[in-house]
Amino acid sequence: MLAKRIIPCLDVDHGRVKKGINFADLVDVGDPAEIASAYERQGADELVFLDITATEEKRKAIVDTIAQVAKKVFMPLTVGGGISSVADMKKLLKAGADKVSINSSAVSDPQLITEGAEKFGAQCIVLAIDAKWNAETNQYDVYVNGGRKNTGLDAIKWAKKGVSLGAGELLVTSMDKDGTKDGYDLNLYSQICSAVSVPVIASGGAGKLADFDEVFQKTNVDGALAASVFHYGELTISDVKNELKRNKVVVR
Amino acid sequence: MIVVIDYDTGNVRNVKNALDYLGVENTLSADPQTILSASGIILPGVGAFAKAMDALKERNLIDVIKQAAKNGIPILGICLGMQLLFDYSLEFGKTKGLSLIDGSVVQIPNDVGVKVPHMGWDKNEVVSDDPMGIPFANQFTYFVHSFYVKTAQANVIAKVDYGVEIPSIVRKNNVIGVQFHPEKSGRIGLAGLEKFKELILDADYSRD
Repeated sequence: MLAKRIIPCLDVDHGRVKKGINFADLVDVGDPAEIASAYERQGADELVFLDITATEEKRKAIVDTIAQVAKKVFMPLTVGGGISSVADMKKLLKAGADKVSINSSAVSDPQLITEGAEKFGAQCIVLAIDAKWNAETNQYDVYVNGGRKNTGLDAIKWAKKGVSLGAGELLVTSMDKDGTKDGYDLNLYSQICSAVSVPVIASGGAGKLADFDEVFQKTNVDGALAASVFHYGELTISDVKNELKRNKVVVR
Repeated sequence: MIVVIDYDTGNVRNVKNALDYLGVENTLSADPQTILSASGIILPGVGAFAKAMDALKERNLIDVIKQAAKNGIPILGICLGMQLLFDYSLEFGKTKGLSLIDGSVVQIPNDVGVKVPHMGWDKNEVVSDDPMGIPFANQFTYFVHSFYVKTAQANVIAKVDYGVEIPSIVRKNNVIGVQFHPEKSGRIGLAGLEKFKELILDADYSRD
C-alpha cells in the first residue's frame, strides 16, 4: 500500500527561496538546493517548487534552480508557476523535474493538459486548482492568476474534466483555508476524491499535527502539502510523520 | 565504467546525477562499443514500452544489449527499463521485449480498489536472500507505473502489495530489474545503486 505523502512547498523568486527558512543547519537560507536537502533529511516525500518570478525574462532561472536541486536531492520534484507551453514543460523535465504543475494556463488552454500528457505521460502532468467556496451558487469556484480572478468554473467539474484531458494528479488548494492554519478543507477534498481516480494532494490550512492526521483519516487524499509551518520550523516533517504513524496512517 | 544507455526515453539525467553524487564513474551513451566494454549497464526508461523498444531498435541496440547480457556484464533495468528485460508487453497491443528474463508485462488491474498509475512510495517485501535485496528490506521506494511484470517466483527478489503482487526487484543471473526509481528514492535508492556497483566489482573478479 502506498504511503501518504508529506510535501513541503517552496516559493522560488528568480532562483531564490522566498520567506526566510528557519532551519538551524542551513548556511544559506535562500538557496533552493540547500533547503531541499534539509527537507530531504527531515523525511519529505516530494518537493513542490512554485516559481513566483514576476517577469517573463527572468523565468528561465527556475530551470537552473531545478538542475541544481536534482544534482543533490533524490526524490520526486514538481515545478509549477508560469508554465504555459509544452516547451516550458520539456525544459523543466529535462532539468530534472519529475512533474510539472499547471494552473491558469490549463484553464485558458485545456488542450495543454492533453498535449503534455501525450508527450511526457499523464504521471508528469499535475493540474493545480485554486478553489474557493461560493455560498451563493453553492459550489467551489476555480480561481486563476494567483487567486485574483474568479473563472466561475465549478472546481469539482473542472477536476473531472482535467483528469479526462490527461492530468495524472491534482494539487488542490483551498483559498478559504490557505493561511488560516485552521486545518485542511475536508469537504472540498472529500468531494474531489470521490469525483476522480487520480492522486489528490491537499493544500492550504495546515497549522498543527492534528490537521495532517485529520485530512488523511477523513478524506482519501494521497498527500498533504504545506509551506509556512515547515518553513518557519513550527512543525518538522518528522513530527508530522511520527504523529501519523501513531495514528496508523501509512507513512514512509 | 557504468554506461547509462541514452536512448531518448525518460530522464536519464537523474540516473546520472545519482551516480555522480555517489562518485561512481559513469557515462551516458548509445554507442555499441562503449556499451559492450562497460563494466555495468543501466537501462533507464519512462514512458511507453513500444516506443522505447523502437528507440532501441533505431539505435541498433537490441542485439548489443543481448550480447552484453550474454557476456556477463551486470545490467540494471529501471522502471520501464526493467519491463523491457522481459519477453513481451501487452501495453497498447503486444510488443516484444529483450527476453533476458522470462515473463510478460501486463496492466495493473484497477478493479481491486487501487488508483492506477501506482504512483508514490511503497514498501518492499524482500522474498529472497539475493544481495540486491538487502538495502530494500521493508523500505519504501518511489514508484510510477501502470504496468507490472509477471514472472516466475524464482526471479523475484522483492515485491510490493498493491491489490496484486507487483515484483519490485527481479534478477536472473547478471540481469537485474527494479520497478521503482532508485534515483528518486532518497538514501535507500542510492544504497541500491551502491549495491549494484558492488555486484559489478564481484562480476569483474569472477570473470578474471
